Amino acid sequence: MRNLPWIPLTIISVMLFMGIFAPFLTSYSPIDQSLPDKLLPPFWEEGGSIKHLFGTDIFGRDVLTRLYHGARVSLIVTALALLVGGGVGLVIGIVSGYVGGRLDSLLMRIVDAALAFPTILFALLLAVTMGQGLRTIVIAISLLLWARFARVVRGEVLAVKERDYVALAKVHGCSPARIMATHILPNVLNTFMVLLTLHVGVVIVAEASLSFLGAGIPPPTPSWGLMVAEGRGKISSAWWLSLIPGVAITLVVLAFNLFGDWLRDRLDPKLRQL
Amino acid sequence: MRRYILQRLWQGVILLILVTTIVFFLGRLTGNPADLMLPEDATEEDRQALIETLGLDAPIHEQFIIFISNAVRGDLGDSHRYRTPVVEIFFSRLPNTLMIVPAAMILAILMAVPLGILSALRRGGLIDKFSGTIAVLGIATPNFWLGMVLIYVFSVQLGWLPSARMGGFEHYVLPTITLGTFLVAGFMRLIRSSMLDILDSEFVKLARIKGMSETTVVWKHCLRNALIPVLTLWGVFMGGLVTGAIVTETVFAWPGIGRLTYEAVIFRDYPLLQAVILMDALLILLINLMVDILYAYIDPRIRLAE
Amino acid sequence: MSDDIVLDVHDLHTHFFLRRGVVKAVDGVSFSLRRGEVLGLVGESGCGKSVTALSLLRLLPKGAARTVQGEIELEGEDILKTSDREMRQIRGRKIAMILQDPQTSLNPVFSIGNQLRETIAKHFPGPGGTVTQRAIEALRNVRLAAPEQRMDQYPHQLSGGMKQRVVGAIAISCEPLVMIADEPTTALDVTIQLQYLNLLKELQEASNMAILFITHDFGVVAKMCDHVAVMYAGRIVERGPVRQVFDNPTHPYTQALIASVPKMGDQRGRLHTIEGQPPEFSDLPVGCRFAPRCAFVEDKCLSTYPTDFSVGNGHTSACWKLEKPE
Repeated sequence: MRNLPWIPLTIISVMLFMGIFAPFLTSYSPIDQSLPDKLLPPFWEEGGSIKHLFGTDIFGRDVLTRLYHGARVSLIVTALALLVGGGVGLVIGIVSGYVGGRLDSLLMRIVDAALAFPTILFALLLAVTMGQGLRTIVIAISLLLWARFARVVRGEVLAVKERDYVALAKVHGCSPARIMATHILPNVLNTFMVLLTLHVGVVIVAEASLSFLGAGIPPPTPSWGLMVAEGRGKISSAWWLSLIPGVAITLVVLAFNLFGDWLRDRLDPKLRQL
Repeated sequence: MRRYILQRLWQGVILLILVTTIVFFLGRLTGNPADLMLPEDATEEDRQALIETLGLDAPIHEQFIIFISNAVRGDLGDSHRYRTPVVEIFFSRLPNTLMIVPAAMILAILMAVPLGILSALRRGGLIDKFSGTIAVLGIATPNFWLGMVLIYVFSVQLGWLPSARMGGFEHYVLPTITLGTFLVAGFMRLIRSSMLDILDSEFVKLARIKGMSETTVVWKHCLRNALIPVLTLWGVFMGGLVTGAIVTETVFAWPGIGRLTYEAVIFRDYPLLQAVILMDALLILLINLMVDILYAYIDPRIRLAE
Repeated sequence: MSDDIVLDVHDLHTHFFLRRGVVKAVDGVSFSLRRGEVLGLVGESGCGKSVTALSLLRLLPKGAARTVQGEIELEGEDILKTSDREMRQIRGRKIAMILQDPQTSLNPVFSIGNQLRETIAKHFPGPGGTVTQRAIEALRNVRLAAPEQRMDQYPHQLSGGMKQRVVGAIAISCEPLVMIADEPTTALDVTIQLQYLNLLKELQEASNMAILFITHDFGVVAKMCDHVAVMYAGRIVERGPVRQVFDNPTHPYTQALIASVPKMGDQRGRLHTIEGQPPEFSDLPVGCRFAPRCAFVEDKCLSTYPTDFSVGNGHTSACWKLEKPE
């Protein structure tokens, strides 16, 4: 217990709490404008009040409230993108590694190509052609993830499939699909879990970057990246608009990365090169 | 060596074809691309004219051939916003990007190589702890936010450096640092971990046995080997570099390719975005090829492979 | 005779300082090497023989290990007292070393010529042409075909055996007084092990250098060495001229080691193995360190470490059963 990374875990818990209970933590709306209250500074600055702890934005919306709801957006996007991108990568990695041969070399070529090309460009293209929204951003980030997952999982499968019990299952006439599901999958789950935690930070940054570039969740839904972007023009007069959500992003990503490193060292130290 | 380069070139060409195909089909994914290609105030005649030039009423494979042959001739259409050929706009912006990207890379190398090496040499020492913290923070801090913090501190509060647009030397400082930080963090971590492996290796032991000085051991025997993983993992850094360039140029209103990409997105300027992506792909492939050649130069196992 | 001694190691103690405690990997080792002598240092892996070798070169892992006591006299001068700078003049020049695994001993990104020339240029600075000539000469001496062409080749273009010859060429290129060979043939194919041993013997006879030959294989010792020292858990337990020790091993550990060498014509077809494991360095027995595995163990062995008893002709053994009744 003493060796658990307490500080990262605390930050992660706070973020989860904020995201899950966002509507109950505040009496303000994250979306409705209230122009008379616009650009109020945080409470410790002159002119600020404890009614708006982190101040308000150009439309008079409470920054803290938007931060809570932004956490929720980040969590939803992260969960879906990891589920889709990580899941696709997991399946492709298992199939590629287990089946081997031509299929394997074809799939790995595609993985190489995907890794050699910056996915952000496709993400932006998707946002313009499909329109902004949750679906677009999940697909865009999944594009970034699947190849990384597939590559690592495949490597793991190559090692696992040489083991005796897999050969035994083959001799007993198990179908490839059954062997992959019952013998290979459980053995790569540790690696998969480590990959998931190591990529939470990647997804959060990607989501924030896309939102910052106007290709994420469309306004007025609050997203941390969007909040930073909206405060960009006001950096000299209302620094809190962009700097506070930025601190939130960095803290959360830092926490997830440190937690991921810790988990990797515990479960799968050979992934350290990642 | 020749075979290796040819193989890499071939892979690059395949990737380019792949990107082009994806871009083409994404444009046709959501109905008639004429709606994407035309500005909102276009007339019905404009629409008909475009449908004709792009052959949009023809079967899709013929459209693809038209698209490719136009692209090969350097015609990727006109921008909605600027009403000029997109390829021209791209090349007018390119030099501005080429001024900060190499600067950021040089900064990254100048900082990451010595710090990575020193932290490996004095593992657990002060420099190691310091650069480890920098690396962890650098990876967790999104470029766009770092840029804003730098602007807030150095332009708004201290008034030392300009916050946006191009100009004299002082205009380059903040964008270069913003863009370089991601690379510094990544390079540093990678060089440190590969240095640790190499310092443990038998050939370093043998170099010391031969009576070589520590300077020779580190800067001759270790450095080249430590750079190999940086080059093999270049693709990962390239992704970060492109994202970083787009975001950094947006934050600092820097009129380069990155900023152009951003404008294409927010103005929904599809022909521009399409062109930027294809040209970026070409540029990235050229850079990747240069990295591959450098890799072959550094590692004789690649250079001399039959 | 004693003027002939080139390397005299006296009461060497090298300790590792680990988080779980101090490991006395070399615990009072003494031996000397005469000009042209080949001394075999034999023992199981982890007995401290490689640490002894690295102590001689002062190349112990920094921070983790240190020679805390003893003298290492090279031509009468204690190298433990020289400066780091002087030590670098000794390494490669006076004391050379061949490592175990040729696949990893050479730097993959530099040519053979580069790695050979840097050694020569360091110890015999001179015009490039002379250095190159000397390098080619060294490659020729280790019987590498077409030495001029090898200079431009890279390690990955050579076989394991050829690489080990290059390592040998680096070692002899500066005509050292002492060469340390740390299991130089263990990683080679069986078919070329013998060739390499013959080469080393030839080089040694031609140059009259002394060799400290580290191995776990008594068969190799019999072929290569004049004298042998058997090491167990950080100490030398038996030493003497090879033939004597081989024909008349007196320490139970030596006896067991020799019995474990497969002999030609031995029809029984079973190899002897030694029961049990060497002791943990962090938990050494008070008395004889071999006692827990020894078939002849007595009460005294468990309480007091035996002194060296002479068996005659410079053959000594640290075992209580050789103690003559008063």
